[in-house]
Amino acid sequence: MFGSFMTNAWIVATMVAITAGIVGFFVVVRRAAFAAHVLPLGAFPGAAAASLLGVNELLGIVAFSALGVLGISQLQRWERREVATALWLAVALALGTLFLNMTRRYSQGVYALLFGEVFGIRSALIAPVAVLGAIAIAVTLLLFRPLLLDSLSPELGEAAGTGRGWIEFAFLAVLALCTATALPVVGALMVFSLMVGPASAARFLTDRPLLALTLSVVLSLATVWSAIALSYLSNWPVGFFVGALGGVFYAAGRLRHRGGPAPAR
Amino acid sequence: MRVLGLIYAPGFLSNGPVHTALLVGGGAAVVCAVVGVFTVMRGQAFAGHALADVSSAGGSASFLLGLNPLVGFLGMAALAAGAMEWADVRDARERDLLTGVMLGAGLGLTALFLYFASVTGSATGAAITVLFGSMFTIPASIVPAALAVAGVALAVIAAIYRPLLVSAVSEDLAQAQGTRVRRIGLAHGWALALAVSLSAMTVGAILSTALLIGPAAAGLRLADRPGRSLALAVLIGLLATWGGILLAYDSYDWTPGHGWPVSFFIVVLVFIAYLLAALLARVRARGVSLRAVHPSGCGQD
Repeated sequence: MFGSFMTNAWIVATMVAITAGIVGFFVVVRRAAFAAHVLPLGAFPGAAAASLLGVNELLGIVAFSALGVLGISQLQRWERREVATALWLAVALALGTLFLNMTRRYSQGVYALLFGEVFGIRSALIAPVAVLGAIAIAVTLLLFRPLLLDSLSPELGEAAGTGRGWIEFAFLAVLALCTATALPVVGALMVFSLMVGPASAARFLTDRPLLALTLSVVLSLATVWSAIALSYLSNWPVGFFVGALGGVFYAAGRLRHRGGPAPAR
Repeated sequence: MRVLGLIYAPGFLSNGPVHTALLVGGGAAVVCAVVGVFTVMRGQAFAGHALADVSSAGGSASFLLGLNPLVGFLGMAALAAGAMEWADVRDARERDLLTGVMLGAGLGLTALFLYFASVTGSATGAAITVLFGSMFTIPASIVPAALAVAGVALAVIAAIYRPLLVSAVSEDLAQAQGTRVRRIGLAHGWALALAVSLSAMTVGAILSTALLIGPAAAGLRLADRPGRSLALAVLIGLLATWGGILLAYDSYDWTPGHGWPVSFFIVVLVFIAYLLAALLARVRARGVSLRAVHPSGCGQD
């Protein structure tokens, strides 16, 4: 399990888990689970387009993540948040179907992009993932106060002089960065589980923001590490364990919290 | 005649798979448009999408077991809709997270079942079929069952039409009128599950959101009265679906050898309809009154 061919998997997955744990904290605070689901899924056509054009896969993913941020922001000016998000999802995936149809990628490739392929990680992927993840974390921590303020009390945030539209845009951009970091590793669908599961469970355990952020990272690391280990032992897809552990953590948090006051955040 | 042949390839209506696609796709489009209007009004677009994705776990399980796909999609969606209501989420904001966690778990199950299917070798390309749909490979034997599902969903909506409408506009008002809001919510959840699993089977689990949200959002944009919005949504959904099937059929002639995906055309047509509706609504709002209500004003949640 800790052989040399697994080293890359452990390194990259650890970086992804830390990034997703931090960004996920804000996904949960802002109740942006849908956007966190749609940006990665909408970036996956980028990988298909990249293989069609013969360019680097990561480039396509970054490009489509950026397109997603712009698309959702534009649609939000006409439509409520979740409808705008759903519309962008439909458009991006329609393009994805077309690209897939043109490249005639093997379904195994599609499967890996959606559900992740942790065991075949090339060393060349480590550096870009580290850089993108570091930027995502840096931006999140820089925006920590305005993001938190805007999420908990929009009126207070506005009074403090931060524009709502600007904050939402910055948040979507951070989500997109996290997407580009994690998508090649854990797949479009599992990025989402990793952002929502651990962070929403952490919220049941404490009321203090910084502690919740730390717990979110710890749970995210626990999820990824045990998912890789279990996947290695059972040969089952790593995505299954990530999704299932997210559900288990959330259920445990809810049960522990039962009877107490509902979480403020 | 030649011009007609360009938009209407010969043999379109005498083709068996096309018949099935037109029937099942049309049924899915109508039900999705009707249920979708209420889903958009109630602000449950995410739940609608999540149900579709979770139902794909059932779809992949039925691939694995060799069952009728409708049974798999439907069973899983109904289970998920029930679980969402059972969890008794009073706080609307908590609902978002619960939906997200369930979606993650459901997708994990899909991954597992698809993995089993690929290991046993019983279905190659199951991932593509389950997630992106396979309009032209729907077995004809499914048509009666699919149309029956569509009928049941429409009947549920028709039965609770008024209270559903009132509670979508204002839950407090519905409660004051003596409506059991939770029961209405559950009924809408089941109708949503039926609609979504039907469209997940035709245009694929992750594209079914287009049929659910697109026509409904366009219809709501175009008309202020719910009845009219419903009619417009149904019209847009049907035209986009049938137009998409026609274009996909024609596309076999554009690029010899293989056609373009049906789902692509359907979504593109739906989105064009939405953009036109949004544009029209803006122009009209500017013409009618200077204090035109900015639509995004009601969506700051």
